[in-house]
Amino acid sequence: MMCEGARVHRRIVTLLIAVLAMMLLAPGGAVADEQGEETLHGEIDDPEPIAGVEITVFEDETELGTATTDDDGQWEFVLPGPGTYRAVLDEDSVPEDVAELDLIPGAEHDDLEIGSGDERRLIYRFDEPEDGDEPAASPDDTEEELAEEEAEAEEGAEPPDVDEGAPFSHKFAQVATNGLVFGLVIAIASVGLSLIFGTTRMINFAHGDMVTFGALMALLFSTGAGGLGNSILGLFVAAALAIGVGLLLRDQLRPTIRLPLQGAILVLGIVGATLVGIFGGEAAQWHISLAGDPGLGSTPANLAAIVLVPVAIAALVITTGRLLRGRMPASTILSVQGALALLGLAAGIWWGAIGAVLIAVVLGAALGAGMERYIWQPLRLRNVALIQLFIVSIGVALLLRHVLLVMFGGSRSSYPEYQVQELVSLGPITIAPRSLAIMGIAVLVLVAVACMLQFTRVGKAMRAVSDNRDLAESSGIDVARITLYVWTLGGGLAALGGVLAGIHQIVHWQMGFHLLLLMFAAVILGGLGTAYGAMLGGIAIGLVAMLSTLWFPHQLMEAWALAIMIVMLLVRPQGLLGRRERIG
Amino acid sequence: MDFLGILTTSITSAIGPVAAIYALAIIGLNMHFGYTGLLNFGQVGFMLVGAYGVAVCVGTFGLPLSVGVAASILCAVVLALLMGIPTLRLRADYLAICTIAVAEGLRFVYRAPFARDLTGGVFGRQNLSDGFRELNPFPPGRYGVGDITFSSPHLWTMVVTWSLVLVSCLIMWSLMHSPWGRVIKGIREDEDAVRSLGKNVFVYKLQSLVIGGVFGALAGVMIALHQASVTPDQFRPQVTFYLWAMLLLGGAGRTWGPVIGSVVMWFLLTFTDETMRALDQMGWLPFVTGGELGAVRHALVGLILVLLIIYRPQGLIGNRREMLVNVK
Repeated sequence: MMCEGARVHRRIVTLLIAVLAMMLLAPGGAVADEQGEETLHGEIDDPEPIAGVEITVFEDETELGTATTDDDGQWEFVLPGPGTYRAVLDEDSVPEDVAELDLIPGAEHDDLEIGSGDERRLIYRFDEPEDGDEPAASPDDTEEELAEEEAEAEEGAEPPDVDEGAPFSHKFAQVATNGLVFGLVIAIASVGLSLIFGTTRMINFAHGDMVTFGALMALLFSTGAGGLGNSILGLFVAAALAIGVGLLLRDQLRPTIRLPLQGAILVLGIVGATLVGIFGGEAAQWHISLAGDPGLGSTPANLAAIVLVPVAIAALVITTGRLLRGRMPASTILSVQGALALLGLAAGIWWGAIGAVLIAVVLGAALGAGMERYIWQPLRLRNVALIQLFIVSIGVALLLRHVLLVMFGGSRSSYPEYQVQELVSLGPITIAPRSLAIMGIAVLVLVAVACMLQFTRVGKAMRAVSDNRDLAESSGIDVARITLYVWTLGGGLAALGGVLAGIHQIVHWQMGFHLLLLMFAAVILGGLGTAYGAMLGGIAIGLVAMLSTLWFPHQLMEAWALAIMIVMLLVRPQGLLGRRERIG
Repeated sequence: MDFLGILTTSITSAIGPVAAIYALAIIGLNMHFGYTGLLNFGQVGFMLVGAYGVAVCVGTFGLPLSVGVAASILCAVVLALLMGIPTLRLRADYLAICTIAVAEGLRFVYRAPFARDLTGGVFGRQNLSDGFRELNPFPPGRYGVGDITFSSPHLWTMVVTWSLVLVSCLIMWSLMHSPWGRVIKGIREDEDAVRSLGKNVFVYKLQSLVIGGVFGALAGVMIALHQASVTPDQFRPQVTFYLWAMLLLGGAGRTWGPVIGSVVMWFLLTFTDETMRALDQMGWLPFVTGGELGAVRHALVGLILVLLIIYRPQGLIGNRREMLVNVK
């Protein structure tokens, strides 16, 4: 075998040399008839792409024309021929939210010498002004907060802002706090990823985009949902109605009547949503606060209400179920529970305590459940192999991400309630109230999820299925149903993680994908398939990513998280909390 | 609507340099997934190190092109070893996670400000293909049949890249019909069976990862030479997913699958793109504005990927039975 390997190796080397030789010996043969085509193209980076920026191209002082960037920040301009050109970016066409930023010196393009057939790529990039002459905020606002918003410019997570003069221990404490907040956000989002892997053995590459979905839904409903929000709600309500009709009338009606009924509801929903989207417009604009006008966690009462109202609704629904069990048919109980949940939600929204967060979480859970019920479950029933399911999930991720991009556009935004918050000092640490609120909510939710997994029947069943699907099935657990619950839970948690990440940093159509990389590191560190491992791993990855910025450039944050993942795979592939088994 | 014009543009893009470059990268992916059953979701990472091998050697240090190509191949080998050694002993999903994450992590590192002296940061490197274009035997002008024409530098890139693709296909064919190739396909079908025959599965998988990665790096080299410039942000993860869609469309595990996939997919993509643009200009697309067409195209690729896997996993010319393999 050694010998065979060496021979093959020699052969490969020989062939590679042949490949290189081919590069020098290619044949030619055609007739010249006209000039080559030269273009200027490029992209506008914030460094996130910006759409709608105009670039004017000059030859000497003659204006040749203007190119406009698309949603990926890409633009292209076809030149008349080789020569020297000048490309000027029209600063008036830059959107407002980046207009305060300066063009990076050296990024302006004069004297472009274009040879025959060149396709020159130009990059304009914006950066925050060095000398801080940005428009001052009102006296109550802290400038750090504005700076922090704009430091988002770098892709991925934001660097923690630290006072350079502070002693190292203070800096460490500050950065560690930021890391903890970030880690908790990762933990919330990755619990679902890990549980989904545990129950279905499938890595959900679309999980990051479920995170984005949650963040964007909360944004939609907190900035005033016009036609688009109503359409989306309409679609979800129609789908929920269709599914509900199917569940409730499964035994009462024959499929020949039930299926058209469901179809009709869906079609009505889609038509209605489209009509609302086209004609509803601004007239039907309504606005749900993300959680009170000054933003989540601005007062203790506000924070308590946000946590308590959903808990109260859930408790009400569960108690009703318990009390009525055995006295009524299951379908009646279900509809009573559904009605109660809806009433509770309506009351919460009217009171302004739940708002956009819960809508986003509910929609996220519905998205997760819908994906399991209408994509993954049918595929598993068709015996599609796991390797194919991975590819499907990549496709779903691509689809979801770009549908969201088309719907919401490529710009970065933040929740209006959180533009500015006063910092709170706790000893050496200064922290925004919203970060405290994120920590509070994240810890509460994680504890609640842990309790659910540890003490309730459903939670135990989830862990059982996650541990060994076949054994769980043979001991009488309805594995399909539990998997559906896991997806629902995972979707809801992903959406919540998205909202929290959006509050912590910024809302953007690629935020979920960037978070997904850290989530992967987290679940592998903690152990694929274990919920508690994902929580632990998430916090660890958040801390490591942020603490690394004390010594290394903050652009390497992700790289450090990935390095930890690779080291973990080398020394303990089952992860911190995983059970040792042969995984190869 | 200028139907003929759309058709011409589509054909031009289907046989143009970019399609050839993608075909080259897909040949590497075919080695990984089609023959060995490895889930590499980070082929774009190999393209990135390949392109930057040239960009750094030629653009930063002014070395000759041949040194750059050698550096590219070396980088790809190192990257493959770095990703393969920790993960190839484990289940396939670990490699999938590792590749997608490392490829994106690499992009962050290459575009970071501290790397600007070496890689040019977000601006990348320019003027890379002087050495390559000096070799161009075609005098300046346009060449082609009818409306399908290419400029002289494009034709030169096309000729070189398609020749590379041809040679690579021949290499793949001979590799896969060698004893080595039979072991590799055996690993795809049943890893345990191969292991029980006394083969060191890990080493074979690692070799496969390295070879496929080198093809990816060559594609990266051709990107650098074709554009004469390289920026990190053109190596986004979407590129990998395009490669996957093309591989699955053409037929994984087939020598000519990558070529057919690339040509057909580029035709389809450009065709839909141009048609939508034409419809947009006529005002027939109420919900989508011009700038969003790129996003629609990405979404379309996602949809194609899903539909292909569900309804035709073997693609155009593949063998259905071969493609129903499970995780190794």
